Amino acid sequence: MKCGIVVFPGSNCDRDVAWVTEHLLGLPTRFIWHEETDLGALDLVILPGGFSYGDYLRCGVLARFSPVMQAVVRHAQQGKWVLGVCNGFQILTEVGLLPGTLMRNRELRFICDTVPVRVERHDLPWTCQYQVGQRLMLPIAHGEGCYYADPDVLRELEQQRQVVFRYLPPNPNGSLADIAGICNRQGNVLGMMPHPERASDSDLGNTDGLGLFQGLVAWYAKNAMPNPGL
Amino acid sequence: MTTYRAEIQITLKPSVLDPAGTAITKGLQQQQYAGVQQVRIGKYIELILTAADAATAHAQVERLCQEVLTNPVIETYRFRLEAGE
Repeated sequence: MKCGIVVFPGSNCDRDVAWVTEHLLGLPTRFIWHEETDLGALDLVILPGGFSYGDYLRCGVLARFSPVMQAVVRHAQQGKWVLGVCNGFQILTEVGLLPGTLMRNRELRFICDTVPVRVERHDLPWTCQYQVGQRLMLPIAHGEGCYYADPDVLRELEQQRQVVFRYLPPNPNGSLADIAGICNRQGNVLGMMPHPERASDSDLGNTDGLGLFQGLVAWYAKNAMPNPGL
Repeated sequence: MTTYRAEIQITLKPSVLDPAGTAITKGLQQQQYAGVQQVRIGKYIELILTAADAATAHAQVERLCQEVLTNPVIETYRFRLEAGE
């Protein structure tokens, strides 16, 4: 299972992700500069957290125009895995791979905390190592993490079971339906505000996020290629 | 080609809660500005472009607003266009 981590000007969680995929899990991992246009034979592309393009205009909007994003969209369309964490989630909504948007936090403050999150489904590669209803403690660090979508889109997200992670009370940022992470309808694209990569190394005292990456490894071993199997 | 100047105003849609605007509304009402009913915060963008005529410039700005400058999920916009910088 080959991993690629996209590096935009302003990304700052790229090395944290590589620490998990390469160092902790031993997966071949390479950094992809945002000007690259060929992803090669990657199975998993990760858009890491950070402040791409300084968050100018809107979080994630300018990253959409990076040359690499066309390749990322093609990668997703082929059914391969795309994970967007924090700023990566914002980019996925701006590029249209996921619906809705991330707005300024309800309380208008940047939040840096570790919060309880509930796993909503475990039939996805991302969550197959967790149980439905499992409570994870995951770090969040964002100013614009309040998920918003029109009522029609929200209804469809619920009907299609696209909400993968929900904040447990108290909702930290005002996200509608307590949404912390959603996937596309096929399940191969996941966007989430919490940082699983920051909760993966036991030296840091919390490994609740490691299961997400281990789930992909297990799924890949069983299915030989990324396939949500939905 | 003529040079045009666009002044674009972007605000959150009326249906979307504007927490910053709400906080300012409350702050103003608590001071001596009791008559203030509502505050909405937005963005202001000045853009210079060249185009063959005003209609083309208008169409370009319209497209820019829809595709890049605003997020149609939560924002709305209006703009003023005039010839010259």
